[in-house]
Amino acid sequence: MDPVIILGTGLAGYTLAREIRKLHATLPLQLISADDGRAYSKPMLSSALARDKSADELASASATQMAAQLNASIDVHTRVSSIDRAGKTVVSERGRFPYSRLILALGAEPVRLTLEGNAAGELMPVNNLSDYARFRERLAHSRRVLILGAGLIGCEFANDLASAGFNVSVVDPGKMPLQALVPRYCAERLQEALGEQGVTWHFGTTAQTIDKSAHGLRVTLANGEHIDTDLILSAVGLRPRTQLAGEAGLQCNRGIQVDRYLASSDSDVFALGDCAEVSGLVLPFVMPIMHAARALAKNLTGKRTAVEYPAMPVIVKTPSMPLVAAPPPRDSTGEWRITELDSGTVARFEDCAGRLLGFALSGNAVSQKQALTAMLPPLLA
Amino acid sequence: MTMKKWECIVCGFVYDEAAGLPDEGIKPGTPWEAIPADWACPECGVSKADFEMIEIGV
Repeated sequence: MDPVIILGTGLAGYTLAREIRKLHATLPLQLISADDGRAYSKPMLSSALARDKSADELASASATQMAAQLNASIDVHTRVSSIDRAGKTVVSERGRFPYSRLILALGAEPVRLTLEGNAAGELMPVNNLSDYARFRERLAHSRRVLILGAGLIGCEFANDLASAGFNVSVVDPGKMPLQALVPRYCAERLQEALGEQGVTWHFGTTAQTIDKSAHGLRVTLANGEHIDTDLILSAVGLRPRTQLAGEAGLQCNRGIQVDRYLASSDSDVFALGDCAEVSGLVLPFVMPIMHAARALAKNLTGKRTAVEYPAMPVIVKTPSMPLVAAPPPRDSTGEWRITELDSGTVARFEDCAGRLLGFALSGNAVSQKQALTAMLPPLLA
Repeated sequence: MTMKKWECIVCGFVYDEAAGLPDEGIKPGTPWEAIPADWACPECGVSKADFEMIEIGV
């Protein structure tokens, strides 16, 4: 029998392989990776600098070790260029690989801004282990870091870099940090806490040009200000990798569209993780991957199982102001109720009947996470 | 007995045996071995059975 092929060896690909092995020891399994296939902790990329962790230290196993552990074959440095669905084969520059079922665990691509200036190419995203290695290498010769984007990744890096002693500036077109995740009150507390750590914020504007200067890099903002820096981190968002699936004629929207069984518009092709849009939801976080991987492993080994998503709060790794966010679903109506505690804040988003639809916790109030999560409705029941 | 800490290698969550996880009904002083096999990392959902926790010191 042709193997189950998983494209991608990130958290989604490896977690799925592990879940399959718990259920079936011998199902032929092949993983194909565009990179070196090392297993590593993705969430730590934005919080490991202050602890002086190298890329090698973040990697927990090589592709060879993973292949042995998973009883699978792993092809590394192999980029798949197309999917021949009629022939049930993936095509790469290293040959064609037949599959019985195909799983797309391709991840997401950092959004790349197009800027002007003679050093416009200096923007660095940190979205995988080799990005991290390059970024850390550059940091060794830097004192000042400019971060584009004040979302989850931008804020985590800002905190991590500021506590490691770097001079950090953050630019974001919005009004406050974590705009998509927490209400204004909590965002302002985070802004203050990171400000006390030395982070300088530039809201309501964008970077336009990057030029080499006598003392490093000079970034010109749309509001006319200049920021002199040594290193520029781009954290302006992620876009699910849909191109391969789209070119193969699979239905894509924001992500590769899959149903509750993680099946795409081709019943032999599945998707999970940051590239997937599961029943309309694109959730590029760890917890949804765990749930999707467990359900998909069952589907692939003969037990038809719909994925269920409980409420899944996001932990923001900003030790200067610990935060947990469970934003209400889009288009919910209701309002935020803020309770200020001695050393933290509880923000509850409630509908007109007083039902809890979302929350944000900061400071010591993060200890209420379990209790409040239990009161939230599931995302996919 | 020496209390240990365990770190989830996926998300960095630290389980401190001395502190336990009272929110989840795990009493302070509960050793790692005594945590049920179906327990999952409260932050990222990785299961204990995956051996995803590493000892980070005493």
